[in-house]
Amino acid sequence: MTRTPKNVRLSYSALAITLLALPFVLQFGLGRGWVRIIDLALLYSMLALGLNIVVGYAGLLDLGYIAFYAMGAYVYALLNSPQFGLHWPVWVVLPLGAACAGLFGVLLGTPTLRLRGDYLAIVTLGFGEIIRIFLNNLNEPINITNGPQGISLIDPIHIGTFSFSHNHTQWLPGLTGPVQYYYLFLAITLLIMWVALRLQHSRVGRAWAAIREDELAAAASGIALRNYKLLAFAMGATFGGLAGGLFAGFQGFVSPESFNLMESVMILCMIVLGGMGNVFGVVLGALILTAFPEALRMIGQWQLNQFGRVVVDPNNFRMLLFGMALVVMMLLRPAGLWPSRRHHREYAGERS
Amino acid sequence: MVIRATLAMSGVLLAGCSHNNQPANIIRIGSASPLSGPQAHLGQDNANGAQLAVDDINAAGGIILAGKTYRLQLLAEDDQADPKIATTVAQQFADDDVAGVIGHLNSGASIPAARVYDDAGIPQISPSSTAIAYTHLGFKTAWRVMTNDSQQGSALAQYATRNLHAKRIAVVDDRTAYGQGLADEFARAATTNGAQIVDREYTTDHATDFLSILTSIKASAPDVVFFGGMDPQAGPLARQMRQLGLNAQLLGGDGVQTDQFIKLAGQAADGTIASNPGLPLDQMPGGARFKREFTTRFGPIQNYAPYAYDAVYVMANAMQRAQSADPAKYLPMLASTHYQGVTGNISFDRHGDLAQGTVTLYKVINTHWQPLTTLTNTAAH
Amino acid sequence: MDIFLQQLINGLVLGSVYALIALGYTMVYGILGLINFAHGEITMIGAMLALAVITHLTGSALPIPVILLAGLLTAIAGCSALGLLIERIAYRPLRHAPRLAPLITAIGVSIILQNLAMLIWGRQYISFPPLLPQGWIDVAGARLTDVQLIILITSALLMLILDSLVRRTPLGRAMRATAQSPRLAGLMGIDANRIIAVTFVIGSSLAAIGGFLVSAYYGLAHYYMGFLLGLKAFSAAVLGGIGNIRGAMLGGLLLGIIESLGAGYIGPLTHGLFGSNYQDVFAFFVLIAILIIRPAGLLGESTADRA
Repeated sequence: MTRTPKNVRLSYSALAITLLALPFVLQFGLGRGWVRIIDLALLYSMLALGLNIVVGYAGLLDLGYIAFYAMGAYVYALLNSPQFGLHWPVWVVLPLGAACAGLFGVLLGTPTLRLRGDYLAIVTLGFGEIIRIFLNNLNEPINITNGPQGISLIDPIHIGTFSFSHNHTQWLPGLTGPVQYYYLFLAITLLIMWVALRLQHSRVGRAWAAIREDELAAAASGIALRNYKLLAFAMGATFGGLAGGLFAGFQGFVSPESFNLMESVMILCMIVLGGMGNVFGVVLGALILTAFPEALRMIGQWQLNQFGRVVVDPNNFRMLLFGMALVVMMLLRPAGLWPSRRHHREYAGERS
Repeated sequence: MVIRATLAMSGVLLAGCSHNNQPANIIRIGSASPLSGPQAHLGQDNANGAQLAVDDINAAGGIILAGKTYRLQLLAEDDQADPKIATTVAQQFADDDVAGVIGHLNSGASIPAARVYDDAGIPQISPSSTAIAYTHLGFKTAWRVMTNDSQQGSALAQYATRNLHAKRIAVVDDRTAYGQGLADEFARAATTNGAQIVDREYTTDHATDFLSILTSIKASAPDVVFFGGMDPQAGPLARQMRQLGLNAQLLGGDGVQTDQFIKLAGQAADGTIASNPGLPLDQMPGGARFKREFTTRFGPIQNYAPYAYDAVYVMANAMQRAQSADPAKYLPMLASTHYQGVTGNISFDRHGDLAQGTVTLYKVINTHWQPLTTLTNTAAH
Repeated sequence: MDIFLQQLINGLVLGSVYALIALGYTMVYGILGLINFAHGEITMIGAMLALAVITHLTGSALPIPVILLAGLLTAIAGCSALGLLIERIAYRPLRHAPRLAPLITAIGVSIILQNLAMLIWGRQYISFPPLLPQGWIDVAGARLTDVQLIILITSALLMLILDSLVRRTPLGRAMRATAQSPRLAGLMGIDANRIIAVTFVIGSSLAAIGGFLVSAYYGLAHYYMGFLLGLKAFSAAVLGGIGNIRGAMLGGLLLGIIESLGAGYIGPLTHGLFGSNYQDVFAFFVLIAILIIRPAGLLGESTADRA
């Protein structure tokens, strides 16, 4: 297909229609559970996009990224639940959570500027664990986070009297809570994608690429390493915090166990699997890794319908298959499913 | 050939999609618990307990509602003990129009899922979630057939202060919702009963080394060490107490009162006292039979299988009395439950907690749990 | 009872196990510049294999030391084979791939090993048969058990052997050469693939011994145990300076002691504001502080950046 303006417009319209119709198709075809899964996938896309700025653009390996997600989630939860009896409006709480996370991104970034590669990985990992442990223990001497019990009955995301958790099937058949969240999350994901793309092709993006490829050379050519690295941490953390706030409102419950190290590793897997540095690849990775375990779950259900019993319990093999998929994927396409052009060139270059 | 393949494919797809066209004579019940990950053995145990109940009910002729015979079918799903996955599983159960759900294993999963079940109007009976918050969220659909932390914690504290005459108590918890909840309730009740908490230490649910905290505890010379947590930690904890020569009485909750604890603690298990809700299995009318049947089919009971078993019967019992498997119809009937189950006499208070929190204390004597005494208290809070 | 001495002994024993496992991380990193994320799971497989053999032989006519040795040797053989296999399948094809690709295969391999172990040995914790001596000796008011003593001696011996192997033998020289520059080492007639294979065998054997000791010490094994052990050992390797063998030993011992003293003294030090619930925060805090002061770890060379 040639890229005439007409064709481009056509394919964009087709994509837009698909994205708009998707939740309804899923809901009536497979059930609301699947809309919820897509909602989660969109949240993970936001996280993956945020982490991609730190790891994919600036080349800083961050294994504690989930901490920013946790902060956004807890800011939302504390200011919008019976925990303190506060019910602040969403348009205050979400930016506040994102800003808090961004601030901590800078706080984490400042002392670690000198560290590189795997040392940075272990320090960020430690930072992630420290945040989780604090959240898990700050119920004494003053009860702030309610400790391991978590915070429940968090207010859903609402604008005025419109709550995203309530069904509005009287307006439109099938307009359920998960479907409404889908549109909200989709809009924000698209916004973050747009910001990320603009960043990538800006002066800042080129500076990050330079730092990623050769820190010494970048510094020698007059790039202020410190500022650009901090900016990467802050931007990534802000998106993470925003996603966290949305998660708290969507889920209605947060507890520290949702923000463990394995989650950070999962998000890293998403961006590497999808194609580091490429916004579309990263989103693809997030979608696949969120949906994959759920798709396997369906196999059990299918066996039940087909044979009346579960012959091979996919629960036993789900994680095993997931692990194998990671290995095979990396062996076949080490630059990811949808590599960024620059990273792709790097790989091709090293081979020759 | 191509057409046949296409037909077969669409058959597969249709089968995959047929989430709400269940056969007319089948009542579907969901079971949600972690079937993978570190708590998989407990989660599988719950699913097995529920499966046994479903099979027993079906073998006994199913459920007869308004003159029509129904068979039960159990859909066991893996919530990975993860709050996020738990809500997705809950939503899938809601989509599948299950009549009720047995689950989840952990309070951390039961609580977020409760909102989804409440939205869908589906009754949820947890066989093992003990956090007080679970039934106090204000949802009419949340029930449990297990004592809550407060009921068990105060029974344990009562035993520690009155029977063991403990004055100085050290409390350890594993910083999970379960361990911390139970330890806090125990500490509160023990202080009210006049004991002193001389040391409060913490560990995690993945730890195996407790020597450092036990060394600190030994320095404060307690009469009793209370542990809020599960057997994988309690086992090595008991060993290491012995290793350090810390001779205080080890006391724990239902997470400790397991055969696995004895296996892991070895000789050091002897003398440990731990509680479990309900009467001892062999003292219940159907207990011995349950144990025999379960063990033959699935191997040893881990912990909460009998509660999952009872949860299914409580649900079936309410359906029977409502003469309907429609959640809207039988949900009100759950409130008036009076059911004699394997684990005890089950009836609910206004929150959905057990009205009679029966707790039995056991002691390890010659590497076997022997019942000591049974305490009953009504739901606190 | 001397509390401080007791905490020190607790930490030293824990630390020497960390050190054994950390060596595997650091050796592979030194040569390939790769974090072998699956190393923790190799430790777990070692513990599982040893326990399977030991449990099987318990009750037979064989003397106890023979039973234990049979378990240990099986674990070493099994883990070495596994280490070689992992290197061949998951790392070698990716030697020139983007840096994060082998990290992801390593995570994939960990997940595979964990779940295979779950399918083979079940979801239950497995207990160690009561074959080990139960005695203890009094060290100035603190207790040192026989098992602790065995662990200290074994790991000290192994570390001495490894250190002289790397520093004094031709093999060790070849390993160091490959670590510095695989290409130049190749020009000198060193077969890099052979050296890498040897590295994996040694690292995996140490992991197997570490896994065996851990399961004997705590009396249990579980398919999930490798994750946390691996994480701690990896932190220890980084603390000492990853790639540096003596650094891994030092890092392991230090981390064990920091954890132990942290859990014991964080309460009194902060006047009860923080308790042992913050012991990991304390450990990570010390780790971060050390890395900020010495960005390449305690004994690491700060010039070479392999990233």
